[in-house]
Amino acid sequence: MIAGIFASSWVAGSIVAVLAGVIGFFVVLRGSVFAAHALPLGAFPAVAAARLWGLDLLATVLAFSVLGAAVVAALSRRTRRDIATALWLVLMLGAGELILSRLQGYSRAVYGLFFGQLLGVTPADLHMIAGVGAVAVVLVLIAFRPLLLSGLSADLAAVAGVPAGLLDLVFLTLVALAAAAALPAVGALLAFSLMVGPASAARMVCDRPLPGLALSVALALATVWGALLLASATGWPVGFFVGVAGLGLYVAGRLAGRGYAPLRR
Amino acid sequence: MTGAPDAALALRVEDLSVSVGGRRVLAQVSFTLAPGELCGLIGANGSGNTTLLRSLLGFVAPSGGTIRLGGDGARRLGYLPQKVSVDPFMPLRARDVVALGLDGHRLGLPLPSRQRRARVDAALAAVSAEAFADRRIGTLSGGQQQRVFIAHALVRRPQLLLLDEPLASLDPSSATEIATLLRRISRDTGIAVLMSAHEINTLVPVMDRVIYLAGGRAAAGPVAEVIRSDVLSRLYGHHIDVLDVHGRILVVPAPGAGHDHTHVTRVP
Amino acid sequence: MLGLLPVGFLDSAPVQHALVIGGFAAVVAALVGVPTLLRGQAFVTDALAHVSSAGGALAPLIGINALGGFVLMSLAAALGLEAAPPRQRAERDLQTGAVFGAGLGVAALFLYLDVTLPGGSGNAVGVLFGSVFLLGASDILPAALAGGAALALLALYLRPMLLASLDPDLAAVQGVRLRRVGLAHLAALTLAIGLAAMTVGAVLSTALLVAPAAAALVLTDRPARALMLAAGLGLAGMWGGILMAWQSYVWTAGHAWPASFCIVAVLIGLNLAATLGRGLWRLGRRGAA
Ligand SMILES: Nc1ncnc2c1ncn2[C@@H]1O[C@H](COP(=O)(O)OP(=O)(O)O)[C@@H](O)[C@H]1O
Ligand SMILES: [Mg+2]
Repeated sequence: MIAGIFASSWVAGSIVAVLAGVIGFFVVLRGSVFAAHALPLGAFPAVAAARLWGLDLLATVLAFSVLGAAVVAALSRRTRRDIATALWLVLMLGAGELILSRLQGYSRAVYGLFFGQLLGVTPADLHMIAGVGAVAVVLVLIAFRPLLLSGLSADLAAVAGVPAGLLDLVFLTLVALAAAAALPAVGALLAFSLMVGPASAARMVCDRPLPGLALSVALALATVWGALLLASATGWPVGFFVGVAGLGLYVAGRLAGRGYAPLRR
Repeated sequence: MTGAPDAALALRVEDLSVSVGGRRVLAQVSFTLAPGELCGLIGANGSGNTTLLRSLLGFVAPSGGTIRLGGDGARRLGYLPQKVSVDPFMPLRARDVVALGLDGHRLGLPLPSRQRRARVDAALAAVSAEAFADRRIGTLSGGQQQRVFIAHALVRRPQLLLLDEPLASLDPSSATEIATLLRRISRDTGIAVLMSAHEINTLVPVMDRVIYLAGGRAAAGPVAEVIRSDVLSRLYGHHIDVLDVHGRILVVPAPGAGHDHTHVTRVP
Repeated sequence: MLGLLPVGFLDSAPVQHALVIGGFAAVVAALVGVPTLLRGQAFVTDALAHVSSAGGALAPLIGINALGGFVLMSLAAALGLEAAPPRQRAERDLQTGAVFGAGLGVAALFLYLDVTLPGGSGNAVGVLFGSVFLLGASDILPAALAGGAALALLALYLRPMLLASLDPDLAAVQGVRLRRVGLAHLAALTLAIGLAAMTVGAVLSTALLVAPAAAALVLTDRPARALMLAAGLGLAGMWGGILMAWQSYVWTAGHAWPASFCIVAVLIGLNLAATLGRGLWRLGRRGAA
């Protein structure tokens, strides 16, 4: 029983790591870190609503995430993107609180949604994670070159005929998809950490996109596996180890990249 | 706005007018460009260089006039934006950037092919960038990056290459080097090159034609026919002197004519 | 005017404390929010706000006031950011994200310990979402100290902060010490976040800083007016939200909506109204012209 739960959380964690490593690589490359934080958390009321009203979790989270991606993309035409993102985020968090306050076991649910319950992943969760994760990874690999080109320069992408607005929406939706898949296992907050740390170290070490992508995935896997081991040894939350490892990877990347260009003022 | 192809010309622009943010920036600009020609687009800061290039690219909708691209009618344009600020940690080598110029719009992962590699190598060689082809783009100097982005624009074999201030932020000797390089490319490949600059003297030895922008209007033609006191005076609406000082052209307004249009040094 | 308020509203001690402390926190947060948004630091604000939840969870474990915990933790994160600030915008976001992730990991740990260790509060939701009605007379002094310090920093450094946000190079030429101004701003920001976290909880405190300031900056370009408008909007949002939470008890037949949700909803509503109003006014002016 214990071994079974651990095995399924191991599989779930690994899938989430691959997903976060792939999507995170482009999050870092395109500088969409705030979006990568806000979109998963923005799906928070969706999980609450699904629990309260017995809706299909995946469908609800997807609908909210895509709605969030669309609203942020639309709002940032009228106001600055970071402000639009922040406002959307707090509104969703407030709404999540409202819905959750109707639930029994309110506190546990909040904790689980924020920090995940990797040690309590069910087989149904696992199917969902695997399905959504596979779709998201395939979509990223299909859009690989346009994502790189528009990350390099929006103007150059436009000359090559890449539809920038559509690509941006697709990308934010991919981030949301990844978040939806990761949410039940690692929680909204740590999905984000797993996207940023490994990718930011990988791009410093590799100077080519495909090896960089591969390294990002490898580091994300190592992070999750290490965190799971440490968590089961200490009884502390997995998220703690994931978050600290993410910062460690970022700092290691900064140190590795010192030779490239003046980073500091 | 793009009309039927015009076999003999790479580009024909007639009476082009463009407004940005409710303000008329270009008024009835006309010029032509033949394959293999290098044309300088000269104007002070804010005179509409970038706007003209972006309207040729279709980024800005003109309010009037026609733009006709020549050749086989396919819109194959190469473009170097005024500012490409490269993320220093972008995990792309110079040759990856050039490869993205070839097929960056395609879906799916890039499959290594001999032909693809050969075209990338050829473009890198055309701008003499072989020495740093395998280095990360963010670690290259401004001039080296400029070459790589020119190769990015060239690799799809455009019929028309639009370069927005490719010489700005380069030291004089690199500027001359890149100008000569572009001259050679346009002659060798038959690509028409339109490049903007604030300073005319670096371009004088290499350009076949010049478009001089002032007050939203343009004078276009061979250098000797445009950079003349009578032509520029008509363009500006007041007297302008064109002086030749030891082989360098100086465009100077008559005393008391208001703005200083002197083109002696490059405007940063 | 007061007669329009529901019966008993102003007589309730929790409401009085909420109105006074919450109102003060909202004004301080809104004022600090203006230079923060001008400096393009909405993401940093949100990151520090989330990280402060670790402090909120730590506070009962080490026996300090929750406000102290919030400020302590977000200040630690802010110093981490300021230790090696990258130059490019995207790099700054990335660094913020990395520190943010670690802070959240620590928050996860402390919240977990809070629930499992003896002496912990066991109240994860209170730290994350808070409730303005749980404030008491003992919170007034710490709130006044933190808010006073934030306002003093703002008063001392507002001009260089604004100048540095417009043009850092120009500011440096004029003798502004960018590093010191940056630190002063981060200190004021963490104090404001702590106050806001005390009233609406750590994860929603961003709303008190961003929503009123963003609305004010939509309505005017002038910093002085923006500060006044932001303070007014923040106060209106806080008091409106408290009133809404009180009334929701009646509307929902005893289920009462969480106060933090109500405050955020009113703040965002005011922000939308300001943005829409401004857009309509512009349209009207264009139509008249
Ligand atoms: N997005 C814009 N909104 C309003 N005005 C603009 C915009 N872009 C350019 N302009 C104006 O159009 C004019 C020409 O700009 P530009 O083509 O960039 O000049 P150049 O490239 O020659 O320096 C300038 O006066 C500039 O102020
Ligand atoms: Mg320009």
